[in-house]
Amino acid sequence: MSTPTTTASSATGAPRRGVLRRLLVHPLGGVSMIVLAVIVVVGVIAPWIAPHDPTETSLSMIFAEPGGEYLLGGDSAGRDIWSRLLIATAFSLAGGLLVMAVASLVGVTAGLIAGYYGGFVDAVGAWFTALTMSLPSIIVLIAARAVIGPSMWWTMAIFGIFISPVYYRVVYNSVRAVRGELYVDAARTSGLGDGRIIGRHVLLAVRAPVILLMSGVIAAGIGMQAGFDFLGLGDPTIPTWGQMLNEGFYNITRSATLVLWPALALGLTTVALTLLGTALRDELEGTSERRRSRKAPAWSLDEDVPAVVDHGGEDASEPLLAVRDLAVAYQAGDGYATVVKGGRLTVRRGETHGLIGESGSGKTQTAFSVLGLLPKGGKVMAGSIVFDGQELTGLSDAQMNRLRGTRIAYVPQEPMSNLDPSFTVGHQLTEPLVKAAGLSRKEAKERALALLARVGIPDPERAFGSYPHQLSGGMAQRVLIAGAVASHPDLLIADEPTTALDVTVQAEVLDLLRDLQEELGMAILIVTHNFGVVADICDRVSVMQKGVMVETGATADVFDDPRHPYTRALFEAIPKGAPRAPLAGVTSAGLLGTGALK
Amino acid sequence: MTDSLLTVDGLQVEYPGRGFRAQPFRAVKGVSFDIRPGETVGLVGESGSGKTTIGRAILGLAPVSAGTVTFNGEDISHPTKQRRRELTRDIQVVYQDPYSSLNPSLTIGDSLTEPMIVRKTPKREAQARVRELLDMVRLPSDAADRMPREFSGGQRQRVAIARALALDPTLIICDEPVSALDLSTQARVLELFLEIQERTGVAYLFISHDLAVVREMSHRVAVLLHGELVEWGDGDTVTSQPEHPYTQRLLLASPVPDPVAQEQRRADRLRLKQLHADQDLQAGAA
Repeated sequence: MSTPTTTASSATGAPRRGVLRRLLVHPLGGVSMIVLAVIVVVGVIAPWIAPHDPTETSLSMIFAEPGGEYLLGGDSAGRDIWSRLLIATAFSLAGGLLVMAVASLVGVTAGLIAGYYGGFVDAVGAWFTALTMSLPSIIVLIAARAVIGPSMWWTMAIFGIFISPVYYRVVYNSVRAVRGELYVDAARTSGLGDGRIIGRHVLLAVRAPVILLMSGVIAAGIGMQAGFDFLGLGDPTIPTWGQMLNEGFYNITRSATLVLWPALALGLTTVALTLLGTALRDELEGTSERRRSRKAPAWSLDEDVPAVVDHGGEDASEPLLAVRDLAVAYQAGDGYATVVKGGRLTVRRGETHGLIGESGSGKTQTAFSVLGLLPKGGKVMAGSIVFDGQELTGLSDAQMNRLRGTRIAYVPQEPMSNLDPSFTVGHQLTEPLVKAAGLSRKEAKERALALLARVGIPDPERAFGSYPHQLSGGMAQRVLIAGAVASHPDLLIADEPTTALDVTVQAEVLDLLRDLQEELGMAILIVTHNFGVVADICDRVSVMQKGVMVETGATADVFDDPRHPYTRALFEAIPKGAPRAPLAGVTSAGLLGTGALK
Repeated sequence: MTDSLLTVDGLQVEYPGRGFRAQPFRAVKGVSFDIRPGETVGLVGESGSGKTTIGRAILGLAPVSAGTVTFNGEDISHPTKQRRRELTRDIQVVYQDPYSSLNPSLTIGDSLTEPMIVRKTPKREAQARVRELLDMVRLPSDAADRMPREFSGGQRQRVAIARALALDPTLIICDEPVSALDLSTQARVLELFLEIQERTGVAYLFISHDLAVVREMSHRVAVLLHGELVEWGDGDTVTSQPEHPYTQRLLLASPVPDPVAQEQRRADRLRLKQLHADQDLQAGAA
């Protein structure tokens, strides 16, 4: 509700269409994809373009200079380095792909089953993951080699199993998340079997993370293979980059370039794979920011703002808060999404003012502008906000900070997410009293306890020592109200303060706000979508629609005689409370004697 | 009670407790009510009252530990997997959150044909049915090729309703279907629910926390508190002259959108609160 939908939709974009095309224009993605494409093509056609048999030895060509019959010269056994490099490309890529295939097959399958069904498979999966993580894979591979002999394919397959927990964990977590989505429940109530649900809904959700992991796992496989061969543990009949590195390293004093070529090939491939992974993540997860233009475009209000229907009744005295011609905009692409236009609001001392509207009406944006707390990207573009004779729009953060929490207080919509779960309620209440109001710890505690008792918390001492998760939603909201009124503010801004609460709790929180207002004489600006709340607590009300203030006046006047068509439409949409006629032949069952009365 | 479509009798739902030898958590404690063909039964309660759990138990998504759920004379509290899948033809659901109830990577058409594909409906027939459904919920027919993100909350909820209607069910569980929607959208979606009921004769179990909405939608209303049914009867009576103290409190706590009436209601509520407090005091002293 606090961020406008226009920016949200343009930021997430379409992950489904044109990922490949976007990758190609991505600076890292384009280059790495071209490099990889060349490497793959070379690997595939290597047997046909290699000028010599990579295993053919020739005594005359031992350490031959490059440029002769052998393009890159000969190695210590007189084999053609160029041919070996080409063929090694094929084997190294194949090894990396095998690792990826085995790892994804094992990891994704196990992750899907464990994530979807949980229970036994989950326990086995967790145990196996812990086992493979704690075993050094190279030791296992050496042991396996002793049993099954030097086979590159087996080595790579076993390494694939060892690296499969990477997939398992990612898939497991994604499946767990999707499992709780309502559309999976909806699919079950549509009559889909488990197999179909996994294939249709769950697999779609794990697609992106699995693709993201691919290039990294291939790179790891190629690296592992090179390391294994470098140690001389690989299959000597198959030329690989690792083997060539090994050979070059032994003979580094006789021919330094022997190491160079395989190292280059290995480095280039793994760097390209890693960069491709980064580019993929940018594009699939939308972390890429480069499409945003660096310079802020010019903003202008491109339409006339219709005049507000004003029921009058404002007295001549200077208002506590006067918002005039407020415009709030968010940068979206090359232009702006203007979410508040010509915002106008007058809150007098000691009154409760309701700001009502549907989602996207800009009511929360208006309130946040007054607090100077617009979400990232939002800016006050025009207009003035005068609080008690002081213009707020040009103030620095430090100056706003001094006002906020002392003269302007705030009560949020979600009480739970506005309390820090790792500190006690007491700590969170006393901290501002000590830091901002300069009270001693003891004074602050006394004050906090008195406040907790004042907002109707039954056992203040206990609430003082508890953590937020130990409180109910209604209690948490009372704590936040206590914190907000601690400094005797002139203006309390409450953003949908009761929307997250049950109606019985809502009624009590509204009672509390009313009592506190009478006691402290503060003004309350209450942002809400509920006409019942307005009728209950507000002296005056302002109605907003799509960023524009459409009607304002005393609550009784607006409710009696709504003049703007939108206000009237809203009133018509309220459930009238007309009951339905009972179905024919149905008798009422009356009160049950279930003994629920305590 | 042979003419009931659905009968819930002494329903209990228990979730296993967390940890070794933990006490199971009982979310629903012996609830009984029934729904007749073409009727709307409203289920009202606050958070934690077990109203959603009852809906999930009827759908087979929550474990029934005692009691029975009878649908068309058949006990469906513990059906086989196969039977449960067949039952989905008759009992459908519309969820509260229109954002999470549609798979973001499937088109609207794909989501709507899903239940039909399972039943091996020919593709052409399924597509014709999708057009029919979209028309029924007042969405343009080209909506089938679009993705959920292109739609607003109210439109998505229409899609969810269309999906529920795809198999011509006789009962739809509506779990807070309008509480995530804006006021004006809410009114139109409620109207759609009524219109569909008139056209198809489907019965609704209408779960909500909002007494005013339930009153407008339901023939009969059941009120839940902490997993128990405290009041059950004719919709008008329960929502305007409730007998149970909790329902009375619930009714008086819902603010009316009229400053004068609300002032009266607030005074009534405070008086009732005082009365209950006095009664508690006397009960404690006695």
